[in-house]
Amino acid sequence: MSVDADELRARVEALPDPELPMITLGELGVIRSAGTGADGRAEVEFTPTFLGCPAIPAITAAIEEVLRDCGHPDGRVRHVLTPQWTTDRISASGREKLAANGIAPPGGPTPVGLGLGTPCPHCGSQDTRPHSAFGPTRCQSMLRCAQCREVFPCITTMRGQG
Amino acid sequence: MREPVTTAARPQPDDTAARRQPGDTADQPQPGDTAARPHSGGPAARPRSEDPASRPRSADTAARPEAARADLAELALRLGDDALVLGQRLCQWIPRAPMIEEDLALSNIALDLIGHARVLLSRSGELDGSGRDEDDLAFGRTEREFRNALLVELPGGDFAVTIARQLVFAHYAVPFYERLAGCADAELAAFAARAAAEVAFHRRHAADWTLRLGLGTEESARRMQAGLERIWPHAAELFESDGVVQRLVEAGLHPPVDEVRAAWHEGVTAVLARAGLTEPAPTWHATGGRAGLHTEAFGPLVAEMQSVRRQFPGGTW
Repeated sequence: MSVDADELRARVEALPDPELPMITLGELGVIRSAGTGADGRAEVEFTPTFLGCPAIPAITAAIEEVLRDCGHPDGRVRHVLTPQWTTDRISASGREKLAANGIAPPGGPTPVGLGLGTPCPHCGSQDTRPHSAFGPTRCQSMLRCAQCREVFPCITTMRGQG
Repeated sequence: MREPVTTAARPQPDDTAARRQPGDTADQPQPGDTAARPHSGGPAARPRSEDPASRPRSADTAARPEAARADLAELALRLGDDALVLGQRLCQWIPRAPMIEEDLALSNIALDLIGHARVLLSRSGELDGSGRDEDDLAFGRTEREFRNALLVELPGGDFAVTIARQLVFAHYAVPFYERLAGCADAELAAFAARAAAEVAFHRRHAADWTLRLGLGTEESARRMQAGLERIWPHAAELFESDGVVQRLVEAGLHPPVDEVRAAWHEGVTAVLARAGLTEPAPTWHATGGRAGLHTEAFGPLVAEMQSVRRQFPGGTW
């Protein structure tokens, strides 16, 4: 018994991200499409956040399992590199969940030059500074809050072309 | 700063094997160079044997003559090996970097590079018709079959040597991938566009450290300058041109080498000027990596990288 493309997409998008399990793949914005390929096989297109993201095999395996559960044992996962994934693809609900879990969402509201940085997820202060461009996962960097003195992770803003 | 491998100032005997006088031209035929191979262009196009639906965007490559496919496979192999070997070298810093943030930075940069290698080596195995996958190419080849530039295989040296190498490589990789993103092979172009955005972070990281060390203490500036002197003779190999590169440039599948070199030079000299450092003027430059002629330090790196696969062939977990 196989399900239709909308249901397939909904189930794939509901999968949690392996490294940021508080948000789903749908909220992260990495699922491009779910449907039928040119040869009639079920197909899910997915765009990795980073080319070296170590979660790619786990995400691929999880989608394949959904394809099987949806009645598509020959279903296929395609990695699509263009258009690129950017942090603009993270949904509003995804941003809220990240902030609620102590991870500042990407893209501060004002240019850094004005002295207003990405809001601290702990105290809300915008008096925050870059601490390290690399963090616990490839898609996160570290900031420091001058107000509450916490160092906190932030989703590194990525804006590629295309 | 700790020195896990060697000091920057110590002469490196492995260099001598690959020395070359500056009077030599880089475009002489090299061993393994395919320049002499006749073009088998025209109607020799070969349809791809794999499932066409899974890779619709590579249709343009499918129609390409055999020779262009071979050249493109060689390019993907060179770029993939550069990324793989540099990633492997950077991983050797874990957990020896000066601070935990730097362990994370270098390992994240390595992660990017190994991700690039996976895409590039997979593509190379498709294009060369051998059917080898990324693992076959990374873990199944011998030392002489690797095509990386010697720059990326040099032992890490002290932290300043690693930063000098990162400075050189990232300032080359960004303009190279930015231009490759406009190349005629859709799949390689899509990869390059993303890779350019990622290596831009590596360039920023290397430039920040070069400034910090150059403008830091007398000792940090001395070491940074020594790192540059150690690395600089290995920069020219990144801009070598041979038959493969020339044919790819003509076919719109490779950026013009001089253009990349000019962008690289402008970038690195701007950083060095801000950091109060001097651009070295080496009297020789290394070559041979693209022909599989490597330094003495490379064998142990390959052996370590491939040890698990050799011990447990076909193992999964």
